[in-house]
Amino acid sequence: MKPAMDDRGKRLGMWLFLYTEVMLFGGLFVLYAVYFSMYASDFMAGGKELDRFFGTVNTVILLVSSLAVAASITAVQRNEKRASVVWLTAAILCGALFLINKYFEWSHKIHEGIYPGSDDLIYGEPGRNIFFGLYYIITGLHGIHIVIGMALLGVALLFTIKGRITGDNHVFLENAGLYWHLVDLFWIFIFPLFYLVL
Amino acid sequence: MEPVRSFFDTPSPSRYSGALSWLLTTDHKRIGLMYLFVILFWFVVAMFLGGGMRLELMFRGRTLMGPESYNALFTLHGVIMVFLFIIPGIPAIFGNFFLPIQIGTDDVFFPRLNLLSWYLYIIGGLLALVTLFIGGPPDTGWTFYVPFSVGTQTNVSVAVFAAFVLGMASMLTGINFVTTVHRMRSEAMGWLQMPLFTWSIYATSWVQILATPVVAITLILIILERFLGVGLFDPARGGDPILYQHLFWIYSHPAVYIMILPGMGVISEVITVFARKPIFGYKAMALSSIAIAVVGSLVWAHHMYTSGMSDTAVFVFSLLTFLVAIPSAIKVFSWVATLYKGSILMTPPLFFSLCFIYLFSVGGLTGLVVGAAGADIHVHDTHFVVAHFHFTMFGGTGFAFFAALHHWWPKMFGRMYDFKRAYWAAVLITFGFLLHYIPMFILGLQGMPRRYYDYVAEFEAGNFVAGFGAVFMLVGLLLMLVNLLISLKRGTLAPSDPWGGTTLEWKTLSPPPLHNFVETPDIADYPYDFTDVVRDSSGDGGGV
Repeated sequence: MKPAMDDRGKRLGMWLFLYTEVMLFGGLFVLYAVYFSMYASDFMAGGKELDRFFGTVNTVILLVSSLAVAASITAVQRNEKRASVVWLTAAILCGALFLINKYFEWSHKIHEGIYPGSDDLIYGEPGRNIFFGLYYIITGLHGIHIVIGMALLGVALLFTIKGRITGDNHVFLENAGLYWHLVDLFWIFIFPLFYLVL
Repeated sequence: MEPVRSFFDTPSPSRYSGALSWLLTTDHKRIGLMYLFVILFWFVVAMFLGGGMRLELMFRGRTLMGPESYNALFTLHGVIMVFLFIIPGIPAIFGNFFLPIQIGTDDVFFPRLNLLSWYLYIIGGLLALVTLFIGGPPDTGWTFYVPFSVGTQTNVSVAVFAAFVLGMASMLTGINFVTTVHRMRSEAMGWLQMPLFTWSIYATSWVQILATPVVAITLILIILERFLGVGLFDPARGGDPILYQHLFWIYSHPAVYIMILPGMGVISEVITVFARKPIFGYKAMALSSIAIAVVGSLVWAHHMYTSGMSDTAVFVFSLLTFLVAIPSAIKVFSWVATLYKGSILMTPPLFFSLCFIYLFSVGGLTGLVVGAAGADIHVHDTHFVVAHFHFTMFGGTGFAFFAALHHWWPKMFGRMYDFKRAYWAAVLITFGFLLHYIPMFILGLQGMPRRYYDYVAEFEAGNFVAGFGAVFMLVGLLLMLVNLLISLKRGTLAPSDPWGGTTLEWKTLSPPPLHNFVETPDIADYPYDFTDVVRDSSGDGGGV
């Protein structure tokens, strides 16, 4: 079977890749689990310092973006190119909005003197240092994934406009969408672990 | 009829010629050969680094180099051999070249991704090379243990990043092979009709996909710690250094199965071909590859008996470690049983395989010594572990790699090499190997620690002898490589099936045409049926 025609194979490859992403974040979640069991009370106190309003807004933004990606795929399948382009643009804009929020959140915390290696963290409670260390590493890595996901969706957008992604041939868009959903899914786990830990 | 041109004369994509037809190719065979020469280059580099260490250790005190250089040498020897030779060696070269042919297809599923993996491999190698010249070569050992790897002033960040990039290359290759086996396999070929080499590469690819991301994140954490000082593994800042070791070995122990499984696949092919007899226990062989992949992923903490983790953990991991011995032993017994009453044809690949069985068995059995929690306390971090490790990785994977080189060389290049020189090389390597590593077992039991450039007077004799072993081995290895390279120019032309093999790669030309087969090959019900081979060769008394 020629790979050029085999969409199932391309999806299989993407799922295997997504699996490696799960393992990548899985390593960090293992760290979180171990340190949570060591420093449960510090983690709870740390969680209260994070801004739940921002966190909730970002969660909603990502859920809307996932909806937009799913809608764009449906639109392509129905050969509605215009709708697909609109939905994809909306999804990318949601990603950008998420990053802007994240930027304000991070800079606020850094302004308060809470960043990796800061005096406040190093000479404070060890559990608090670990909590915010993990916060920056995990949300930072997630932010990088958002950027990569936006780039992928951007390429899919370009292909759709140029007519390379069509109703019969949209596996690239589907794979980019899968990636985007996974990045969203990570956030669904990250959000309660840091913002809602009680 | 016009003769069919080999892939050497048919660039793919066809618009390129010359060097570009190699550097931009998507042909799995060309990519396999590009891996071959780069990997051999790194192997020779790391071989001389290792030789330098042994020469330093031949005499007490400072002879060739000081402690700093020695630390850099064993780190680079380890990093290069592990990440640039053993892990990619068999899958990237022979997996790339032969996996698609063995399952009757014309390429891997993602040809361009395959080329990208090669470039990632090259970039990783160049980064490793850079550390030699800029900022001081890393001195942490290939395990990059914290806290030293975070505190040391040498260029650990770049070396760690190199390992990360190489991990990406290996992971993408794994994804490519799994997809290829699932989607490109000839429709006539069921799972239990696949050759055992393909089975072993398939199992390996799963381990690569499962385990590599964990080490990737661990290596990223080292870099972050070095630049930001988060303190995730620093007890003074609330971190736990043991956790680093867990994360590291969650990948790096399965990685030794990434290293050995393809080797076992090679040995299964070679033994059955030259015994002229179906492999003993085909299903057990295929399933034991998967069993090793699964159980081998659950034994990582046996590297950490002395780290101070809980006794329950030590007990559980010791038990699991012993369980891996079962599928490994199934393989060894099946190889021996395959040879029993076979019509054996002695050739260099078979010779290397027989050495493999012996050396790997020693490596496996000494693995039980270090796998037993009690005995390990005595030999932990001594030369015993170094010897055990080299018996499995060099005596095992290394020899399987040499067997694969000699087994498939005629197919890849269409040339036969000189048998006599190949045998001499094999004898020299094996003799040097034993002379080199057996003293290390004794030194380790006597208590000589690893990773020191100097030692006390009791260890003089062993180290002196081991040095000679190293020289024999180096000479043998160079002889082997030179012999193979000479054959490219002077070797006689190889027929399409010089050995009497039954798997699909022997059904096509040597070297194969661009699309691997001239006409769609017939898939046998069972890949190792030698009835025809034995009947055809009984008249002229041997295949070659």
